[in-house]
Amino acid sequence: MGELRAYAALFSGQFRSVASYRASFVADLVTNLFGTVLDVLAVLVLFRATRSVAGFTLAQGLLVVSLSSCGFALADLTVGNIDRLKTYVRTGTMDAVLVRPLAALPQLVLMDLPVRKALRAVVAVSVLVVALRLNHVEWTPGRALLVVSAPLAGAVFFGAIFVISASLAFWWVESGEIGHAFTYGGRDFTAYPTPVYSGWFRGLFAYAMGFGFVAYQPALALLGRADPLGLPAWAGFLSPLVALVAAGIAAVVWRTGIRHYRSTGS
Amino acid sequence: MDGLDARVPVISPRRPFRDWVSTFGALSWSGFRRYATYRQATIAGSFTNTVFGFLRCYVLLAVAAGAAGGRPGGYGAEQLASFVWVGQGLLTVVSLWGWTELADRIRSGDVAADLLRPVPPIVGYLAPDLGRAGHAMIFRFLPPLAVGALFFDLYAPSRWFTVPLFALSIVLAVVASLGLRFLVNATAYWLHDARGPIALWTLSAGVLAGLYFPLRFLPDWLAVLLWVATPFPGLLQTPLDVLVERDPAPVQLGLVALQAVWATALITAAVFVQRRAERRLVAQGG
Repeated sequence: MGELRAYAALFSGQFRSVASYRASFVADLVTNLFGTVLDVLAVLVLFRATRSVAGFTLAQGLLVVSLSSCGFALADLTVGNIDRLKTYVRTGTMDAVLVRPLAALPQLVLMDLPVRKALRAVVAVSVLVVALRLNHVEWTPGRALLVVSAPLAGAVFFGAIFVISASLAFWWVESGEIGHAFTYGGRDFTAYPTPVYSGWFRGLFAYAMGFGFVAYQPALALLGRADPLGLPAWAGFLSPLVALVAAGIAAVVWRTGIRHYRSTGS
Repeated sequence: MDGLDARVPVISPRRPFRDWVSTFGALSWSGFRRYATYRQATIAGSFTNTVFGFLRCYVLLAVAAGAAGGRPGGYGAEQLASFVWVGQGLLTVVSLWGWTELADRIRSGDVAADLLRPVPPIVGYLAPDLGRAGHAMIFRFLPPLAVGALFFDLYAPSRWFTVPLFALSIVLAVVASLGLRFLVNATAYWLHDARGPIALWTLSAGVLAGLYFPLRFLPDWLAVLLWVATPFPGLLQTPLDVLVERDPAPVQLGLVALQAVWATALITAAVFVQRRAERRLVAQGG
């Protein structure tokens, strides 16, 4: 109980500090909303210039991008700000976090929970609803389960990617933007059907790192469409499993990183 | 210590032009050297630009493959590949994101030191920024482009003047970008906290400059409106269109001329805003 109260205090302190700069907070909120709308608009513009992207129509493409952005927005809202870890390591804030009798990861998450990103998740879910209507999905219990589990699994998966990318700072403080290649890069990868990419790049991102299972495979299962790349239909239901594996790896990397951490000195 | 007062001495009154050039050069070189020390960040940034190059290139090539006639927005597949890879290199050169130096200095009061220097503040920022851009041309522009050339077929310009025009276009883009960033940061003179305007700038710069998709994919009237009414296409889309020879030669030249107009307007506006701000700036403390 005491621990929960401590976490609640961390969160409410953070929330009050954000809400006290009201104009800045509103500007941030609006910018975030605008940003998510733009992500969707970018997809619409690309489809305007063409009839289909790798054999997928606009409605199908919209389903893929909305599944991806639901997962990403949820992960970004909850653990996204962990990518500031490199600043904490460099400035020594990490030491203060570690001496408290609370787990480090939840503390870091709550110290900087980006409330302003909440609208992003709302927009992403609305787009998903529109995409489902446009595609005339034939509902079965399996698909109903999938449409709920896929964004959640996507969120866990992206959360794991956020944590792994941030952990890099334990070994390489000046890693700079490298993490973005996998967090935001992963989001961009999952925003389009996997057949768009090819060669070793597709193999690496879609299957070795598992990004193909976040939005593309679940979308195929929802649409009842065979995978042009040859994976069986049940591959769409694999996303929770892939997310669990990613979360496990993230936990190991995080723990190893924390043990490896030797402060930055005075 | 007799003749000293608060007036700023004029550097070498007898040879103003030559010394002005050497001051500007020294400031630029300092900008170059400063960024040359961020070696790890340069490697990390180039890696990330390269990954995004793959992502964007595959998407645009898929768009081209599905488009009627295979030329979306009037670009061929090789032109699109060049557009993406050169763009990935160029976005750091024109510093499309995240420059908060002036806003931070205004907030902390350090900007008062800028006003004491014997060069106008706008020059004091422009010269190092050109040095920074020069560093980025070598260490951030070339690596992604080399990787792109290795894995994709890129477009080779066919007109003799395209490459020099592209170089001029980059310089104008850097100057316009600095003008814009200066103006966005200068809102901190009035707001104290420029995070809102900077966030808005980051967002609009990416989309309206043509990073996420070539602006030619938009309806014609909207693309023309963006070009004429906003400075953003001049930051990225214009240099890239010049290099991939998207338009006939007169339009190519016209786009660069438009860039020059915007660059001049933005620097003029920055000078004006700075002068207004100086009149209301209260430096805290002793």
